[in-house]
This record gives sequence, structure tokens and C-alpha cells, in this order.
Amino acid sequence: MAVKTIAGAQVNVSEEGYLEDMDQWNEEIAKEIASEVGIELTDKHFEVLNYLREKTEAGEALTIRKVGKSGITDIKGLYKLFPKGPLKFSSKIAGIPKPASCV
Amino acid sequence: MSTEEKKPLEKVCIICAKGSLEDVYATLVMANGAVMEGIECKVFFTFFGLDGITKEHMNKLHTATTGNPAMRMPGGIPFPTMLGGLPGVEAGVSKMMRHQMEELDMPPVDEFLEMITAGGGEIYACKLAVDMFKLEKEDLHEEVSDIITIGDFYGLCDGDRTQIIFT
Repeated sequence: MAVKTIAGAQVNVSEEGYLEDMDQWNEEIAKEIASEVGIELTDKHFEVLNYLREKTEAGEALTIRKVGKSGITDIKGLYKLFPKGPLKFSSKIAGIPKPASCV
Repeated sequence: MSTEEKKPLEKVCIICAKGSLEDVYATLVMANGAVMEGIECKVFFTFFGLDGITKEHMNKLHTATTGNPAMRMPGGIPFPTMLGGLPGVEAGVSKMMRHQMEELDMPPVDEFLEMITAGGGEIYACKLAVDMFKLEKEDLHEEVSDIITIGDFYGLCDGDRTQIIFT
């Protein structure tokens, strides 16, 4: 575990840069992590991020299939929002742990 | 010197030649996993693997209940081969397996193919096998981009960070 300064805040991150404590997250942090992976966040992105955070808080395992059925966007749309990492990058930006799912 | 440059995988080409539930799903999970990691992915279905992309069979795949030493009853007792041969047993067991996969949010085969192509993965059918089984393009799922020869498929497997996987 390491401490990193993101958007002016001190946060605990894993080796791969995932936030260790999702309560340390805020929208500014999200924007900065997103820009590191080349994504500029829109309202649609935040809808997905909030969905992921809600599900994580509820203890549910996340899959891209679940996000695709959430009504926010379909799987194609999810890939457009988070290219090359629909679950990996979205989880990182949402400040939740690295997904442990294969689907 | 520990300055070795990392060379991440850029493309995976997966060949599925068997049509059992587990062979097709192994292919689909690996393909989808690649696309989710941002790795380019091409999948080639051949011989009995074609069942995985044939509309009539794709969502009714079976797992073998005979000749499968890893098959066990719920609770872990070995599954008697004689029992596995009785009519309806294979269908019942396969249905149960599909149900268990659904609980883990594993989609049915057709939806899985759509997930893979949604992320930019490409699905191909083997021309020789399609001819052999007397199938037409219409018999195959819409997500199949083309019926091609193995030579054409190798042509798609270029790049020095490409791996071919045979399931």
C-alpha cells in the first residue's frame, strides 16, 4: 500500500493504482485518474461510476454484463466510454478495488 | 541488468475445435477476457466447435457425462459412467451447469458472442468445416463476421506480440 497525492488529496492506493478506501474518492480524484488513462469524464461516465460504487457498497460482484443491463449504457457504449478497459479503467476511476471478474 | 522491457500481449487468436459446453465457454471466456483487457482478439470456430456459433445448437451445448473422469455429483461423489449414459442424464446435467454459470453472470453463448464483438473482438467460422457440415452463412449467428480458410485466419494473426491459443 502506498500513499499518493491525487488532485491535491492524500489517498491510499494499491500497487496498480486502485484506491484502497472508496470513501477517500471524490469527483476531482476521478477526473485525475481518468486523465492518466486518457479519458475525459462526462456525465455519462459519472453515471457509470456511481453505479459501480453503489454496487460495490452493496457487496455485489461487478461484471460488464451487469453494467450493460443497468439501463445506463449497453456493453458497446461501455467500451466507448472506457476504451480498452470497460471494467478495469471504470473501477479504477470509480475508486473501487480492482475487479476480480472474468466477465 | 534488470532493465528488461515489458512486452505486453497485443493480440490473441483463439481456435475452438470442440463443441462441448466447457470447450466453447473456455474459448468465450478467454476471448472476452482479452477484449476487456484491451487486447485485440480473433476467434476461429472449426469442426465441432462450430456448434458454438450455429444458431440451432449454440444455446443448448452439452457437457459429456460419459468418458469425463472429472464429472462428479453434487457433493463430490464420482459420477458413474453407466448413469451418464442413460437417456436425458447428459441433457439434465448440462442444463444444471448452464444454470450454475448463469448464477455467476456468465451469459448464454449468443449473448457472450455479442459481448465480445461489442468490445471489438472478431468471430470467424472455418470454411472447410462449414462445407463439411453442410452449413450456410444463415445458419451461423449474426456476430460471425465471415467464413474463412485457416490460411486467411493465420493472415489475421500477424504481429510479434500475438499468441495463438487452441482449445
